[in-house]
Amino acid sequence: MKENLTVDRSSVPLTKEDFVSDQMVKWCAGCGAHAILSSVANVFPKIGYKKENFCLVSGIGCSSRFPYYVNTYGFHGIHGRANAIATGVKIANPHLSVWIATGDGDSMAIGGNHFIHIIRRNVDLNIMLFNNQIYGLTKGQFSPTTPQGSVTKTSPQGTIEQPFNPGELILGAQGTFFARVADTNPKMMTEVMFEAAKHDGTSVVEILQNCVIFADKTHNTITSRDLRDDHQLHLKNGEPMLFGKEKEKGIMLTATGLKVVKIGENGITLKDILVHDQYAQDPGIHLMLAKMNPPEFPVALGVIRSAKFSTYDDMVVEQIAYAKENSSILSVDDLLNSGDTWEI
Amino acid sequence: MANNKNNVVELEDAVVKFVGDSGDGMQLIGTLFSDTAAIEGNDLATFPDYPAEIRAPHNTIAGVSGFQVHIGKEKVNTSGDLCDVLVAMNPASLKSNLKWAKLGATIIVDNDIFDEKAIEKAGYKTNPLSDGSLNGYNVISAPITTLTKEGLKPLNVDIKTAEKSKNMFALGIVYYLFNRDLESTFKYLEIKFKKKPLLVEVNKITVKEGFNYAETVEAIKSTFVVPAAKLEKGRYRNITGNVAVAWGLLAAAEKSKRPLFLGSYPITPATEILMELSKWKSLGAKVFQAEDEIAGICSAIGASFAGSMACTTTSGPGLSLKSEAIGLAVITELPLVIVNVQRGGPSTGLPTKSEQSDLMQALYGRNGEAPVIIIAASTPANCFFYAYEAAKLSMEHMTPVILLTEGCLGLGSELLKIPKVADLPSITPPIAKANDANYKPYNRDENLVRSWAVPGTEGLRHRIGGLEKENGIGNVSMDPMNHQIMTDLRAAKVEKVADFIPLQEIIGEKEGDLLVVGWGSTHGAIYDAVNAMQKQGLKVSQTHFNYIMPFPKNTAEIFKGFKKILVCELNSGQMVNYLRMKFPQYQYMQYNKVQGLPFVVSELTQKFNQILKEV
Repeated sequence: MKENLTVDRSSVPLTKEDFVSDQMVKWCAGCGAHAILSSVANVFPKIGYKKENFCLVSGIGCSSRFPYYVNTYGFHGIHGRANAIATGVKIANPHLSVWIATGDGDSMAIGGNHFIHIIRRNVDLNIMLFNNQIYGLTKGQFSPTTPQGSVTKTSPQGTIEQPFNPGELILGAQGTFFARVADTNPKMMTEVMFEAAKHDGTSVVEILQNCVIFADKTHNTITSRDLRDDHQLHLKNGEPMLFGKEKEKGIMLTATGLKVVKIGENGITLKDILVHDQYAQDPGIHLMLAKMNPPEFPVALGVIRSAKFSTYDDMVVEQIAYAKENSSILSVDDLLNSGDTWEI
Repeated sequence: MANNKNNVVELEDAVVKFVGDSGDGMQLIGTLFSDTAAIEGNDLATFPDYPAEIRAPHNTIAGVSGFQVHIGKEKVNTSGDLCDVLVAMNPASLKSNLKWAKLGATIIVDNDIFDEKAIEKAGYKTNPLSDGSLNGYNVISAPITTLTKEGLKPLNVDIKTAEKSKNMFALGIVYYLFNRDLESTFKYLEIKFKKKPLLVEVNKITVKEGFNYAETVEAIKSTFVVPAAKLEKGRYRNITGNVAVAWGLLAAAEKSKRPLFLGSYPITPATEILMELSKWKSLGAKVFQAEDEIAGICSAIGASFAGSMACTTTSGPGLSLKSEAIGLAVITELPLVIVNVQRGGPSTGLPTKSEQSDLMQALYGRNGEAPVIIIAASTPANCFFYAYEAAKLSMEHMTPVILLTEGCLGLGSELLKIPKVADLPSITPPIAKANDANYKPYNRDENLVRSWAVPGTEGLRHRIGGLEKENGIGNVSMDPMNHQIMTDLRAAKVEKVADFIPLQEIIGEKEGDLLVVGWGSTHGAIYDAVNAMQKQGLKVSQTHFNYIMPFPKNTAEIFKGFKKILVCELNSGQMVNYLRMKFPQYQYMQYNKVQGLPFVVSELTQKFNQILKEV
């Protein structure tokens, strides 16, 4: 895959230590955010960019304290606006590797508008979407991803709202990169973060994150030891979509949609199993994968979509370069004296 | 072209108002007439007056679109109270604008449109052209549509194009009235319709037809000449306030060597700034049309953090949406220029009309103690200099600045003496040096300004954000005393800007019976009223504020010398109450108007006289 040539590379190899912040990490013990922090600390030095060229931007919420805990340039914004702030950072300086830490409240509710538009524009940056299905920092109100019926501080009889599936929203907004990982699988998280960094365009990594205080085990049907083999599909580009303890089950594409099948049953062989193409331009199958849910289906994890499209920030640079080459107005003095002017 | 009529009247100044149905091309001929006047040496000010709808129902009062231009042989300070010439293309525009014509004014109408239906739609019971209601005016009633069509017969153009050209016929009549040269207009038309040579031909022929018609018609007994103004030597151009803001920002970016970033969302009457800056990518301007007002300002804050000269432009409702983010720029102490082209409020209010009712919002419309610099432009042309100044102060003092302009400034135009960028004051943002071992995000210099450490710079990695920060060091701090210190520092930093702005000036004597105080767009009307009274020997002076937060250092002193102080503004009394709070040692009278319209000179003179009687 093409490396991002815009961002300056570090002349010396970097390590985890280069990104350690002097701030005390104030997340609860057992919070899934710790795993994300550790994954980022592993990924940043590997990417190879100069350490001064990383910029972390966040909004409000537990997730959004993230920038304080990594030694990069960092900006802790206001509720819902991380995506808008980061868009400005990236357009202003395309030589930065911009990372957004945001949550299901920050990006799905109060900042929903900025979230869909940053994706639609395909600004080249990386969004880490901490999805714990709850408002943690305000102590336990339901969020736009809380499963219907959940009892929370503001839904004592259970929520009556249909939750968002972030993947559907992202692909609906013409997302070019979408990956989903669980906070219980740091290895996959690190791999996926690396893929996100390499992608040119807006990459969204949804992290199924546990909130140990207000929504403990909310992702248990996916992540628990006894269910995970049957409820997780680990996607790998170019490989058949197999899951189950013995990889005995697979996903097949039928005329009406996806279907779970068993190898060896009803004449099904490995050849019948859908092979993952994360680079496909058409998002059709990616959307079907993103929508899969237990108990009928496993949840798709890994990189679901990573399609190549031109990025907003590249086109900004191109338009400016073109204008500079083709315009006769190259200074403000030129501008002031252009058109109808006269001497008195 | 020669003028065959002998009776030429020389005027000091003249006001011409073009009104018609929206879509009749009034803005275009208004602009053409202004440009020709400017090129022939007049000073001028213009004011477009158009409805909120793009095409309101045909021939109704709601659909009337107007353009007023005031030309003169002296400095022109306003777009004029009442007009000398009114061009009314349909009954509705005559009905709604006759009150703005001087008694005895020349009124040009297209009598083809004065049919029963259009007359009724305008709310007339009888035909104003024949019922005597225009007695006392010099009426040129011409079958403009018919004559336009006839004139274009040799070109074989379609009826729609022919009908649309009738505005050019009217313009031809006005050109004749003012003894104007047609050549510069022809040149302008050739440039404007470069890709449509047929349209150039159509318009040229029609202007000429109008001109020739005026020459032969009986109703015109005399024509006017407004001699060239004695303006300061130099190169001039006509400019609207919105374009002037855009160019002032571009100039500040070039001077400071900080790339310009604009994050903005379309809103009347500020959109022209966004459109104008979008044109100048060749000057490196990065313009981001955001998904909403909040994204406009938040993207600008991000760009400012990343080292750009960041701006956002809006009008009142948009400023409301940006409030929280302005607070973020205050606490992160990042430079940011917020331009508010004020319009009539509250809520959606009067989108296309002018008002000064966002002053209190600019001063205090945020949660927490969140002081910002506030500057107000007062003429279309000085929007250039105040936009430049807003950007300069913002970057040099690391604080957001709200620049207040108004719809009438943004859309109105006047002549700008073209400055040289080299002559503009220098701008030196406090950029932090790479690998500065002593760098701390909230360390301050002697002016309480923190430095600007741009991401990508070696050795300056740091985090800032909306949570309160520890003085100097910049870590998150919830310490009570630290919050007090930081609150005081943020306020003191903005107050200190008073050391860097000009002293407040008095126009007229430093002592007298009455000091008239204003701010923003009212400068011209107040100036003309005060000036006229000064000439009569009355002890009236004017002081007009462009710097509002902080006030110039000598502000309190200025008020000392006057028996009465009158604050005039286009709101219910926002500046006057601010002054009462800031300088309670003085008594202030107030004159307010909230009609979406500028002051007219006559109402001010009347008010001033009334007060002087009581002195």
